Amino acid sequence: MVPFAGYEMPVSYPPGIIQEHQHTRKHAGLFDVSHMGQILVEGNHCAELLEAMMPSDLISLQPRQLRYSLLLNEQGGILDDLIVFRTDPDRFVLTVNAGCKSRDLEHLESSLGDQLNISMIPGNSLLALQGPDSASVMQVLGQPTFDMGFMQNRNMKIADMNCNVSRSGYTGEDGFEISVEDSLVDRLAETLLADERVMWAGLGARDSLRMEAGLNLHGQEMNDSLTPLDAGVLWAISKSRRPSGERPGGFVGAEAVFDALSRPQEKRLVGLVPEGRAPLRSGVELLDQADSRIGHVTSGGYSPSLLHPICLAIIDSRHSAIGTKVYASVRNRQIPATVSALPFVKHRYYRCS
Amino acid sequence: MKTRYTEEHEWVTQNDDLFTIGITDYAQDQLGDIVFVQLPDTDSEVNKGEELSVIESVKAAGEIKSPITGIVLEVNEALDGEPELVNESAEDSGWICKIKCPDHREFNSLMDAHQYQSFLRELS
Repeated sequence: MVPFAGYEMPVSYPPGIIQEHQHTRKHAGLFDVSHMGQILVEGNHCAELLEAMMPSDLISLQPRQLRYSLLLNEQGGILDDLIVFRTDPDRFVLTVNAGCKSRDLEHLESSLGDQLNISMIPGNSLLALQGPDSASVMQVLGQPTFDMGFMQNRNMKIADMNCNVSRSGYTGEDGFEISVEDSLVDRLAETLLADERVMWAGLGARDSLRMEAGLNLHGQEMNDSLTPLDAGVLWAISKSRRPSGERPGGFVGAEAVFDALSRPQEKRLVGLVPEGRAPLRSGVELLDQADSRIGHVTSGGYSPSLLHPICLAIIDSRHSAIGTKVYASVRNRQIPATVSALPFVKHRYYRCS
Repeated sequence: MKTRYTEEHEWVTQNDDLFTIGITDYAQDQLGDIVFVQLPDTDSEVNKGEELSVIESVKAAGEIKSPITGIVLEVNEALDGEPELVNESAEDSGWICKIKCPDHREFNSLMDAHQYQSFLRELS
């Protein structure tokens, strides 16, 4: 167990990170992600007002749909990344990072507090069932989901328990994030684990899975001084909110982001594959052939799917082309690494046909 | 052949002037799945307390400090291809290196098996 954002959380369960990771890619892993914050926002013109705080198109977001978004500061830096879920026309639930949740709440309240009801949702637990067998596990529990696409949500009764289920996750696999009242979460976990294809997975596997999927972690690939361009999440800015869109700007940080868009990009997020077996960890400096510092590793470790080390790194754009060779300086040795395409492992999200 | 232990969870087995070094089963269990072992250079001189090896697991990097002073005569090259040997057999085929040291005093000052077991009990 390790302390994580004020919670005691397991890095791994007895099988260990590699087995938990590989089992999730092959069958299904169950993650307790109850530490994530869930913020309720409701009131008249909720979507229009929330658009002032986020660069996503929330007006066209349909009820029961989710969208990935960002909270930015005036300088365009990323305060947090989050999932926006529209439950009803004038009601949204924001799922935010554990370490940022009180700051996010204050940030939203300071701007919108007098126009909308904004509060943390207490008493809810969140389990993530992730992996290619997830839908079949749900089917066995009487919940067919063939007509539920990636980033959609519905209420379900799983073994008589009222659950709110999103088809989403942080592994690149098909899967579900299931919100349930705290008093029921043990029973829900037991119900899911009763299927032999489901195995507990801890923080360690969560990290290696999201790295392989090329998904950012706030505090590593994203922080208050990195813009969505630097962090490779420009796609989180909806077309309609961009300079050429129907409702350009109008969100906190828009001017700074648009200014950055109009200039050549200085640094960017890339994938790296180091030579050999030594993992490169976050913070490791990256050098070019002339030994000049060109960036650093933001997350790094061993890929249990690919059986070699992988990293995410933020480097000078001039060295960011796929195939470029860079050098990591570790313990007085130089380890060559090659810029490679993200994600390392292809996403397998479920789309309704 | 005598085996002794350090508070950093290394084991050292004596065979005359040659000492085989590895990490204990307790240490491999704490590290979790091991994915890389940085072996020392053969013929290099090491002092007690200096970095001898780095063991990287999926969780973290663990620095192995030399429990004795001497010259590295042999390293376990099998760990280059199969670092998981340290998980599977920490106190046998997962050995890290062999150090030659004519002075046995550093070795004799380490914990014996009984003392190490008591040390582990205090940790838990």
